[in-house]
Amino acid sequence: MSFPWANQYQPKHPVMKWVDDRLPLPRFVYNAVGAGYPVPRNLNYFWNFGVLAGAALAIQIVTGIVLAMHYAANAGVAFNSVEHIMRDVNAGWFIRYAHMNGASMFFIVVYLHIFRGLYYGSYKAPREMVWLLGVVIFLLMMATAFMGYVLPWGQMSFWGAQVITGFFSAIPGVGEPMRQWLLGGFAPDNAALNRFFSLHYLLPFVILGVVILHIWALHIPGSSNPTGIEVKDEQDTVPFHPYYTAKDGVGLGVFLMIFAVLTFFTPNLLGHADNYIQANPLSTPAHIVPEWYFWPFYAILRAFTFNFLWIDAKLWGVIAMFAAIALLFFLPWLDGSPVKSSTYRPLNKIFFWILLFDIGLLGVCGMMPAEQPWVIFSQIGAIYYFAHFLIILPIISRIERPLPMPGSITEAVLAKHADKSSATA
Amino acid sequence: MASESELKAGVEDGVRRRDFINIAAVSFAGVGAGAVVLPLINQMNPSADVLALSSTEIDISQIQTGQAIKTTWRKQPVFIRNLTSAEIDEANKVPLSDLRQPQTLAERTKPGKENWLVTLGVCTHLGCVPLGAAEGENRGDFGGYFCPCHGSHYDTAARIRKGPAPTNLVVPPYEFSSDTVVMIG
Amino acid sequence: MVRPLGFLVGLGFIAALVMAILTTPLGNEPNASKAFHKEPRKLALASDGIAPHWDIAQLQRGMQVYKEVCSACHSLKLVAFRDIQAFGYTEGQVKSFAKGFQVPSINPDTGEPATRDGLSSDYFPSPYANDVAAAAANGNAIPPDLSLITKAREGGKNYIYSLLTGYQNPPANMPKELHPGPGLHFNPYFPNLNLAMAQPLQNDQVTYADGTKATVDQMASDVTAFLVWTAEPKLVKRVQVGWAVLLYLLGFTALTFLSYRTIWANKEH
Repeated sequence: MSFPWANQYQPKHPVMKWVDDRLPLPRFVYNAVGAGYPVPRNLNYFWNFGVLAGAALAIQIVTGIVLAMHYAANAGVAFNSVEHIMRDVNAGWFIRYAHMNGASMFFIVVYLHIFRGLYYGSYKAPREMVWLLGVVIFLLMMATAFMGYVLPWGQMSFWGAQVITGFFSAIPGVGEPMRQWLLGGFAPDNAALNRFFSLHYLLPFVILGVVILHIWALHIPGSSNPTGIEVKDEQDTVPFHPYYTAKDGVGLGVFLMIFAVLTFFTPNLLGHADNYIQANPLSTPAHIVPEWYFWPFYAILRAFTFNFLWIDAKLWGVIAMFAAIALLFFLPWLDGSPVKSSTYRPLNKIFFWILLFDIGLLGVCGMMPAEQPWVIFSQIGAIYYFAHFLIILPIISRIERPLPMPGSITEAVLAKHADKSSATA
Repeated sequence: MASESELKAGVEDGVRRRDFINIAAVSFAGVGAGAVVLPLINQMNPSADVLALSSTEIDISQIQTGQAIKTTWRKQPVFIRNLTSAEIDEANKVPLSDLRQPQTLAERTKPGKENWLVTLGVCTHLGCVPLGAAEGENRGDFGGYFCPCHGSHYDTAARIRKGPAPTNLVVPPYEFSSDTVVMIG
Repeated sequence: MVRPLGFLVGLGFIAALVMAILTTPLGNEPNASKAFHKEPRKLALASDGIAPHWDIAQLQRGMQVYKEVCSACHSLKLVAFRDIQAFGYTEGQVKSFAKGFQVPSINPDTGEPATRDGLSSDYFPSPYANDVAAAAANGNAIPPDLSLITKAREGGKNYIYSLLTGYQNPPANMPKELHPGPGLHFNPYFPNLNLAMAQPLQNDQVTYADGTKATVDQMASDVTAFLVWTAEPKLVKRVQVGWAVLLYLLGFTALTFLSYRTIWANKEH
């Protein structure tokens, strides 16, 4: 589906016409990310992060395939094979550091992409499916990142695997057998390392598949925009190419610069020193921390320290951590406001920023050791997190009075420019 | 507001400038993409630890006349043969015009050490290991080596004489560190 | 349906968290050793910062300290002799340096374990055959491999340098239970304050070929510089490539931005 005024694909070259007649792939690309896709003209730079996430996925897949050519998934040699890549393989240090920091860059842009969606109400009708597929991608990313972090077989790899698979042992009855099934043993070892490697190689391609569905679902209603008003006519849109390819190009440049600074100047900034020690099943590091993108969820896990009702604290933590992500699936129905953009939702805007601060606070708590005051901060932070999505959002979407909205995207754009020119006059 | 004529001139000028900048941006991106492909290709070349295994020392004092040993260099088989004088004569008798890759035995050995024939044990056809280095193996129609995969026959100087292989068995770079030790690589 | 259910679930989590807050003590367990622990002292090296280079003389001295002092107990498994060409040794020097080491091998006649002269493709041999032997010889404390040590410790090079120079008598006001037990040595830079390694460096323990005076501080700086190199031999190259990449990306971003501006020139947005 597309808008009736969308550009039609006209093959410029007879070869392209020949191909297009037999396999309309050029037409498909043209309509998906080319001049055939009309996009609201008022997108700001926060709309870059979807394309950037795609770029990050591509970088991870390419560098990952290369690393797999040199990596050995065997508990005896895995650690040394990573160091072999760092020391002996031609440009191996570059490819390994790019993959390592590429994971962080991927999460940075995906988090910004999610926050963009939260602020501008991109999860609302008619784009619920886009949002649901996005949450699936997020979950797959977390699984992939976790298994990837195990592969270098350092101390954090090993103890991360131990702790994360330990979540499952919280489940009453089936927990322990399930953990042993996941690990293929009683502790992380060869069996676990091999299956994690296999799945770490597979899942990115599953992510790629879901990304294609995500984009497909997006193209049914078309992109949302900062006003949250749906496209009404041709004036409201510009063709994706060249307008947004150029704008995304700028974003890509900035993204790559930050990526390059991390990779070449501070490659271990986001890593952990203990992971340069080979896995030792007999000695736990003093302070186990997951990678930074898991900190908020790790803080929620540790916030539950009381056996409440008939559920013990450990299980509460595990349930809450998974619930913290799972509730995103229900977001389109928790927020009942018909207005999408927080620009016109004064109450929601305030709570959005509180939520952002809260997630930041949870992140810091997840990084710190389980000591006061971080324990109580993480408990308060977790209370707000659940309250925000499950209680505050449903209530404010009832009681809030939206600000007056412009009649169309074009009207909003012209009003903005009129403001500017009257200000300069 | 700009007058109409000014606008028109601006557009015309703008079109040219715009094309130039866009072409520049796209080609600059292309150069970058090309530069990043290089390390991705280069990573498949032998790594530093593999290249470091480039020399091997072999003790040849135990090889009797007429015998050969199989050893390895860079993870490839190497044949070291102590030629008999009959084998040397036979190799020297062959007219160069009969050879697919004309080389004398002297060219394939070190001066004063013509009885020591050092070659890779890799058939130049498709890379099988020829027979003939071990006691009692088939040495082919010309008394040197015989590759069982596709029937290449090498003579006593390990030169190709019959069969599909295009060239003689390769002589690796080597030196005599002493009378009894050969340094390959 | 979703909203009332969500409301209940939310209340459940909040109740559990409120109970957790009410039952968690606000104070922390007292940790006396924290008061005596010191943050590492800063060590400035040529390989620091945005324009790093290798101080070849220092790396050579550092390797001498490793070879003559540290290697008695600590392995350097990930470093091959060939690697030291990176700091100024010729192929021939590497060969004769390697020859000075005995590396594990097998006797070609009997198949029994044996040793042979090192080759440049060999790695620094370990002082102990395995972890059990290492633990047995060191009162159950296995001396860690040093190849990655400056990347494998919080504080990195500063920590290693501070630890090597930080041996001292315990402060007078330190409680008895924190004093080193038998076989342990006080060092305020070590996380537990007391470690199994005795002070490894003494003044003039090595004789430098270049005439540098071998103070403890000098040897500690030198060996730390060497261990920074062993942990990341590609460090200097990495930063150099980084500048080229960054310069390119600046150009790319600037050009793309200009292109973006011209494309959108007549479109209000």
